[in-house]
Amino acid sequence: MSSKTHEIAHDVAEHPVHGTAIYWWIGLYLTLVTGGEIACFYFEHVIGPWVTPLILALSAVKFALVVMFYMHLKYDSRVFSGIFIFGAALGTLAITGVTILYHVLDVLR
Amino acid sequence: MDSAARAADPAHLDTSTGLDSRKMAFWTFIGSECLLFGSLIATYMAYKGASVTGPCPHTTLLWNGQQCPGILDIPLTSISTFDLLMSSLMMVLGLAAVQRGNQKRAAIWLGMTAFLGAIFLGFQSYEFTTFWHEGLTLQTNLFGTTFYTLTGFHGAHVFVGVIYMTVLAVLAWRGKLGPEKSLNVEIGGLYWHFVDVIWVVIFPLVYLIP
Repeated sequence: MSSKTHEIAHDVAEHPVHGTAIYWWIGLYLTLVTGGEIACFYFEHVIGPWVTPLILALSAVKFALVVMFYMHLKYDSRVFSGIFIFGAALGTLAITGVTILYHVLDVLR
Repeated sequence: MDSAARAADPAHLDTSTGLDSRKMAFWTFIGSECLLFGSLIATYMAYKGASVTGPCPHTTLLWNGQQCPGILDIPLTSISTFDLLMSSLMMVLGLAAVQRGNQKRAAIWLGMTAFLGAIFLGFQSYEFTTFWHEGLTLQTNLFGTTFYTLTGFHGAHVFVGVIYMTVLAVLAWRGKLGPEKSLNVEIGGLYWHFVDVIWVVIFPLVYLIP
């Protein structure tokens, strides 16, 4: 099999025809969760100190939905998941570390 | 196996990993982009609330007791966030249409993706212009420097994505994106969804969390 034929055979085998209902549902969930985030912002006086963890949790849900379903990581090779999670974890570590260093430890000092 | 599972079912290839090298390279690129945006967001977080002059993201008190006016427009940014999320939906529908071999429909979805991305850029241009007129420049304070750098880098990525999606839409419209080319669209989709996912992180950290 030539490389071109092989490539075509691979692509067709890898991406057969499929339904799109799940994508519309994910779109709906993303819209609802975004609405929840914005509601948390406007009802901060009601929610109190839980507003920040709540917004971050909702954001994490949106992140996971897009990565798992729209980027197909839920169904794709775990190698791709590993590469992405490694980069994302290092980025998150940098953000968390700096935030603790400048905003938590600085306040405690 | 359900539809989404079949969409990403890895077929075996004659590579050392058994995976497509282009897809592997692109995931590695996305992993490195996570570090780029991680460092930009970390810098924003480090200097959050550290400005000694206004304007500030939200109305607050400065170190000298003066009130610092809030500048962020949450309703406007909420609409642009919704717009970007919907562009991701259009993108994944475009990929599904390419996999089905329905190129005209794929062109419409991909064109919609590019259009919604352009609208997001329009919102960002309006936001930047408004802030500029209200006195927030790159040099005004730490908030201005870190905000424009972070959101500007993201906007640049969206701009590249809009061009990318427009090219894919034109190719699909001309009938040059058959099912055998679906990996090309999938890689474009990975880029677009990544840009969306970064905004999913930026929106709460910059705009919503006081």
